[in-house]
Amino acid sequence: MSNENERERDTDMTDRDADHGHGAPLTETQLRVRALESLLVEKGLVDPAALDALIEAYEKKIGPRNGARVVARAWVDPAYKERLLANATAAIAELGFTGRQGEDMVALENTPTVHNVVVCTLCSCYPWPVLGLPPVWYKSAPYRSRAVIDPRGVLRELGVDVGDDVEVRVWDSTAELRYLVLPERPPGTEGMTEEELAALVTRDAMIGVARVEAPAGGQARTGRR
Amino acid sequence: MNGIHDLGGMHGMGPIVREADEPAFHEEWERRAFALTLAAGFLGQWNLDMSRFAREQMDPAHYLATSYYEHWLYGLERLLVARGLLTQAEIDTRVAELRAGTAG
Repeated sequence: MSNENERERDTDMTDRDADHGHGAPLTETQLRVRALESLLVEKGLVDPAALDALIEAYEKKIGPRNGARVVARAWVDPAYKERLLANATAAIAELGFTGRQGEDMVALENTPTVHNVVVCTLCSCYPWPVLGLPPVWYKSAPYRSRAVIDPRGVLRELGVDVGDDVEVRVWDSTAELRYLVLPERPPGTEGMTEEELAALVTRDAMIGVARVEAPAGGQARTGRR
Repeated sequence: MNGIHDLGGMHGMGPIVREADEPAFHEEWERRAFALTLAAGFLGQWNLDMSRFAREQMDPAHYLATSYYEHWLYGLERLLVARGLLTQAEIDTRVAELRAGTAG
């Protein structure tokens, strides 16, 4: 634990020092990024303010909280769920989530008999408007290589045991088509509001590598409201 | 075209490592490489398929040994040069200047 914290601090220091142009020498990668940025800005091909706005948007605004709102709405509103499963792009746009890397969306419903899991074996295709940028493990060789050949083993490794009687469907994303898993609503959440439900939904559940868990004592908590 | 990026079904790539509360970016240069790639894409000189193809030109050993945003950086550099927006000499000169502390 303390080792990890120390490592984080070291990384922070390196970054800060690099930003201020002193301390440890820049790596080849850092130098190349800086070279491209300075040349493109000098030539007027990119606007530094646009770069900052893009980073701000994908770091702070566009993330799995969006997808969680879609899932919670589908859990509480059967008509919305029907629209989501029929035309996910349009149903997701109803909640205001549109844009790059989410132009054509498909929602996949997990049920007691079907478990869906999403991968991009070729690269990192992922539904940005509802989940934000993909995590490192999703883009990594171990996940990409194995999700399609041993999905049950991968799910087990990630903590999801899928019974032999449950069909596992693996969806390989493409540049044109992106998937959102609609996880099963956990039992014991019947009294919860849409907002409370959204707070339970995790990124990994919407990729299909986790289940949504009811909060410990969830009903009691709801009962107090 | 198949190649090292076409990882589906391969064995021996090791365990899947998840990071709790993972940030969108781990280092400042990743933020800049991400935003530069999107902003340069807005110039309309290439599409998503061309971006992927550019990244897939990496030497296989290099591809497996480098991180995701290093793949992006490799692809961006090649696209900028291929479309004549920057020259390789220009980039290499600027890198050398930055390394020597005479630019930036």
